[in-house]
Amino acid sequence: MRLRLKIWRQASAGATGGMVDYDAPDVSPDMSFLEMLDVVNERLVAHGQEPIAFDHDCREGICGSCGFVINGIAHGGQKGTTVCQLHMRHFKDGDELTLEPWRSRAFPVVRDLMVDRSAFDRVIQAGGFVSVNTGTAPDGNSIAVSKVHSDLAMDAAQCIGCGACVAQCPNGAAQLFTSAKVSHLGLLPQGQPERFLRVEAMVAQLEEEMFGSCTNYGECEAVCPKNISVDFIAQLNRDYLRSKVVPVRRARGAAGAG
Amino acid sequence: MLLDARIPDGPIETQWERTKFDMKLVNPANKRRFTVIVVGSGLAGASAAASLAELGYKVLCFCYQDSPRRAHSIAAQGGINAAKNYQNDGDSIYRLFYDTVKGGDFRAREANVYRLAELSVQIIDQCVAQGVPFAREYGGMLANRSFGGAQVSRTFYARGQTGQQLLLGAYQALSRQIGLGNVKMFPRTEMLDLVVDEGRARGIITRDLVSGAIGRHAAHAVVLATGGYGNVFYLSTNAKGSNATAIWRAHKRGALFANPCFTQIHPTCIPVSGEYQSKLTLMSESLRNDGRIWVPKRKGDTRKVSEIPEAERDYYLEEKYPSFGNLVPRDVASRNAKTVCDQGRGVGPGGLGVYLDFSEAIGRLGRKAIEERYGNLFEMYEKITGEDPYSVPMRIYPAVHYTMGGLWVDYKLMSTVPGLFVAGEANFSDHGANRLGASALMQGLADGYFVIPYTVGDYLARHMGEKLDPSQPAFVAAEAEVTGQVAKLLAVQGERSVDSIHRELGGIIWDHCGMSRNAAGLRTALERIPALRQEFHENVRILGSGESLNQTLEKAGRVADFLELGELMCKDALEREESCGGHFREESQTPEGEALRDDERFSYVAAWENLGKDKGWALHKEALSFEHVHLAQRSYK
Amino acid sequence: MTATVGFLRSTLGKKAVMAVTGLILFGFVFVHMFGNLKMYQGEEKFDHYAEALRELGKPLLGPGQALWIARSVLLAAVLLHIGSAWSLTRQSRRARPVRYERHQLVQSTYAARTMRWGGVILLLFVLYHLAHLTLGWAHPDFTPGKVYQNVTIGFQIGWVSAFYIVANLALGLHLYHGLWSLFQTLGLSHPLWSPWQRRFAATFAVAVTVGNVSFPIAVLTGVVR
Ligand SMILES: Cc1cc2nc3c(=O)[nH]c(=O)nc-3n(C[C@H](O)[C@H](O)[C@H](O)COP(=O)(O)OP(=O)(O)OC[C@H]3O[C@@H](n4cnc5c(N)ncnc54)[C@H](O)[C@@H]3O)c2cc1C
Ligand code: HEM
Ligand code: HEM
Ligand code: SF4
Ligand code: F3S
Ligand code: FES
Repeated sequence: MRLRLKIWRQASAGATGGMVDYDAPDVSPDMSFLEMLDVVNERLVAHGQEPIAFDHDCREGICGSCGFVINGIAHGGQKGTTVCQLHMRHFKDGDELTLEPWRSRAFPVVRDLMVDRSAFDRVIQAGGFVSVNTGTAPDGNSIAVSKVHSDLAMDAAQCIGCGACVAQCPNGAAQLFTSAKVSHLGLLPQGQPERFLRVEAMVAQLEEEMFGSCTNYGECEAVCPKNISVDFIAQLNRDYLRSKVVPVRRARGAAGAG
Repeated sequence: MLLDARIPDGPIETQWERTKFDMKLVNPANKRRFTVIVVGSGLAGASAAASLAELGYKVLCFCYQDSPRRAHSIAAQGGINAAKNYQNDGDSIYRLFYDTVKGGDFRAREANVYRLAELSVQIIDQCVAQGVPFAREYGGMLANRSFGGAQVSRTFYARGQTGQQLLLGAYQALSRQIGLGNVKMFPRTEMLDLVVDEGRARGIITRDLVSGAIGRHAAHAVVLATGGYGNVFYLSTNAKGSNATAIWRAHKRGALFANPCFTQIHPTCIPVSGEYQSKLTLMSESLRNDGRIWVPKRKGDTRKVSEIPEAERDYYLEEKYPSFGNLVPRDVASRNAKTVCDQGRGVGPGGLGVYLDFSEAIGRLGRKAIEERYGNLFEMYEKITGEDPYSVPMRIYPAVHYTMGGLWVDYKLMSTVPGLFVAGEANFSDHGANRLGASALMQGLADGYFVIPYTVGDYLARHMGEKLDPSQPAFVAAEAEVTGQVAKLLAVQGERSVDSIHRELGGIIWDHCGMSRNAAGLRTALERIPALRQEFHENVRILGSGESLNQTLEKAGRVADFLELGELMCKDALEREESCGGHFREESQTPEGEALRDDERFSYVAAWENLGKDKGWALHKEALSFEHVHLAQRSYK
Repeated sequence: MTATVGFLRSTLGKKAVMAVTGLILFGFVFVHMFGNLKMYQGEEKFDHYAEALRELGKPLLGPGQALWIARSVLLAAVLLHIGSAWSLTRQSRRARPVRYERHQLVQSTYAARTMRWGGVILLLFVLYHLAHLTLGWAHPDFTPGKVYQNVTIGFQIGWVSAFYIVANLALGLHLYHGLWSLFQTLGLSHPLWSPWQRRFAATFAVAVTVGNVSFPIAVLTGVVR
């Protein structure tokens, strides 16, 4: 099949960018979206034009590198699918596709469809961990963890840090990403001692990074390749409000770097 | 050169204990004065960087992705082994040790493997404490599954995303140290050379992938944890960016490269669907527990599955290996798939695939049960192929998955360049000629959390008070070389794309140094690879400049190294005239066509020394002796 | 102290303020609607009710005092509610300086997407409404205390009623998302009862809207005259 592509080209963070039209003939339905772009790039290079830059690595939907907005929807709108796992059979011959990078103040464009998501790393650095040094751990079975809680924690822990939630959110909020980590650790006994320090510190960092504020649109959940639920956002809010009352004072004494 | 593995003598059970006791220690006040470079943020790199920083060393950590969390360890699915014996099914450190040496087909070092088994226990504890959500039983205890033919259940897992959860655990520990200012992280930064001065590793030269700036970084010790080089084959289950550059440039600076030809080809991957194919996706081995593997009896049989009567189906593994059937080890399963496809009985595009059929299992257990066991895998398969594995059998084909070879390291994980340590898949250490399932995650974390922090400290303690100075001639020279290489690549301006050459290289190696190898084929490869390398340097086309983000340039640098490493792999494969583990030499097989080891002549680690540009390599042998696990021919009949 | 200041500066803090004040406002609107149903019991009862409102809290408080307390609470709530809505909205705008060429929402409800404009409409309505039925400025023939009369006369004019109806539909939408949203914001949602949150929000949003919309219609159709 043949596709027409409108793709955002931008040479570097500083440069001004714009949409450019490309033609993608002989696209096979069995290609992944990124393989389709590979082919487009091969042709560009053959014609002496610089290829389109986009982030990608594992190409199996787990590393969270890839991601851009296709026709206005982050990752292209296939439930629970990253662009690297999105296959061309979901498109029709003659379709026109608009490709844009994540749009967020916290994610400045690096080049073309690549953005800088280091804000996510800084949110984790602020408190998205359990402060336990190597070698200090007790036996793995010394604390029983209810299956319900560990399964729920796993649901949250699946986040791949792709940034689609921020890209799709009309407010440019990073609530789903943040809530996923807060909930993952907050649901496990190992995460309790720092629970409230953690949420305070991570939310403070969110503010630093200038993400938008969540008004519960629920768009993020719809595009999340790991189907992270907005219920976790409620848990984030709950823990944050609770961090403002008594327990945290006690916690503050305990626990290392918040 | 004499290879000293520095294996402590005395009983194997206490070797590590005594090694730790004999180590020199750095007192806390002095730790701050040492800088350690860790290249790589995968399981091995992240765990090492975090642990070293916790001890008080200054750490510089590098990765090529935009975040350390994206290292390819993230893709590991199945699980991680540990000799916890929680299932009370008779597992023990000794048994894990035994299984791993045997599984490696007797080409690994007993001492290393024993330590690995010993440390496996602590790994699980550490990860649980970090909040890794391992699967649990209803009683709240950790769950286990059995894996890779082992008779005990010792594999810990987190759904189908064990690697992801373990890596996030290590990433969180690393992030904490970054937040505390103990680790300086350099994402989107690629190591392009190792700086060696007075015979010791002093630092690295890097390229900032965004600005293109070449940088010098000095340290008292350098740890490489840069993963495997399976991408030599172009198509593999590795990430697109996985590369050999770091270890290869270190190799050219004097570090010996061990067993380069030992690669693992995983039997259950989704077959290639076309020329444009960019990578291969693994389907967890667990599928073989319920799926039956078959091909049509007749050559070139193009009928639809439904039209092929039972009698005309060849369940070749069940036929050939009655006792193990579809559960034979990876190398055996892969090789047999190749054989039937070579006979022209393969299915799917290009006849490169065999059926993995669940109809019988669905009939026996019901669709529900299968859904519970493999639901997510079936979904992934359908996502990629567009076929519904509940109604039509899956098509699978072997794919390059893991490289047992890597930089040679001694018991303390130090390479032949003093001060250069190598951890994780990047070293050759623990898996011999074949890696058992769920043991690479274990090795990566053992190296990073529990070995490197000790052995690096021991090395540093012997080099108190040395000044770091990146303006030393050695740095200047290395930087100049790197800048030169980059400029040279950009100057070619030829006709061929980097990918087209990489694809061609992959083809050559897959055909001649893949699942089965023979002298003639390897010789052809050894002629074709240098020719292709020349073609590359004369005719590759890279647009754009070196002073900005340039993904083609990144690829080109990596392919340039693969073009050299590929040659060494074939050389090593040619040299080893025996079959062992993943290395199958057609000349060396039993009458039934099984791998035949030659312990008389080849019970050694092949460590290759690079003699410099166009001067080839010299082979050094580290003899292997087996005092605890007695040599035996593997048989799965 | 610093903690609470930081709290109110944080987006989550402002959201919580929105939720709480929103809840207060909802409480008022609901009671207000309920009280206004007395309209159907005729002039006397209705005026008496309005009168009673002013007597509220006797003998503890003097005439009208309770009402003034209520008014100040409402005023504070509205100001805080609008204040935080305003700053949150500005922050969200700033979070995406470069807009998408094409942006397609997939899951969010119409109500969720119209919270801000809905809010503005409500604000304008309240202002007009006060001038109309409380102060009488925007009323053709206003008699203080004769509440029933004021309403019936007021709603005779078609466009006035029309505006009331539109505004109250907007209120319905605002509440439909708002009443659900505040569970999220205050972290009260839980897999166990989150399905009920939707029903809760729907029920009250509809109740308030139907009640309020019925008044102008009742007047126009002559049910109330
Ligand atoms: C699909 C798949 C499934 C697997 N499943 C399992 C399993 O179930 N169980 C199991 O035990 N093992 C499994 N393995 C194997 C296992 O995942 C890997 O061997 C292991 O994770 C390697 O970890 P590592 O830290 O050594 O390297 P990696 O995780 O690959 O990390 C490499 C790091 O080095 C960095 N790097 C590389 N080159 C450079 C450079 N030149 N400059 C700077 N940085 C660089 C990268 O950025 C990255 O951070 C699987 C492997 C794959 C591919
Ligand atoms: C009768 C008057 C009003 C009522 C009953 C009301 C009620 C509510 C409620 C319950 C919420 C949910 C808060 C949350 O999500 O936690 C809300 C949100 C909101 N309100 Fe109001 N509100 C009223 C008036 C206004 C006005 C006058 C404005 C602005 C001019 C406004 C703007 C908003 C906005 C923008 C939101 C969404 C913000 C968010 O969900 O976080 N509202 N309102
Ligand atoms: C059709 C629907 C409505 C009717 C018929 C109505 C009627 C009235 C009347 C008659 C009064 C004057 C009461 C008195 O002076 O004693 C009043 C006051 C008021 N109404 Fe409404 N109202 C309606 C909807 C609303 C809505 C939706 C809101 C809020 C969004 C609202 C907010 C107010 C306020 C703030 C006052 C002033 C109360 C005071 O302090 O005296 N009303 N309303
Ligand atoms: S929450 Fe979902 S969308 Fe957001 S970063 Fe994580 S995986 Fe991506
Ligand atoms: S879309 Fe945005 S508004 Fe909240 S619920 Fe998701 S972050
Ligand atoms: S490339 Fe790894 S998630 Fe898409």
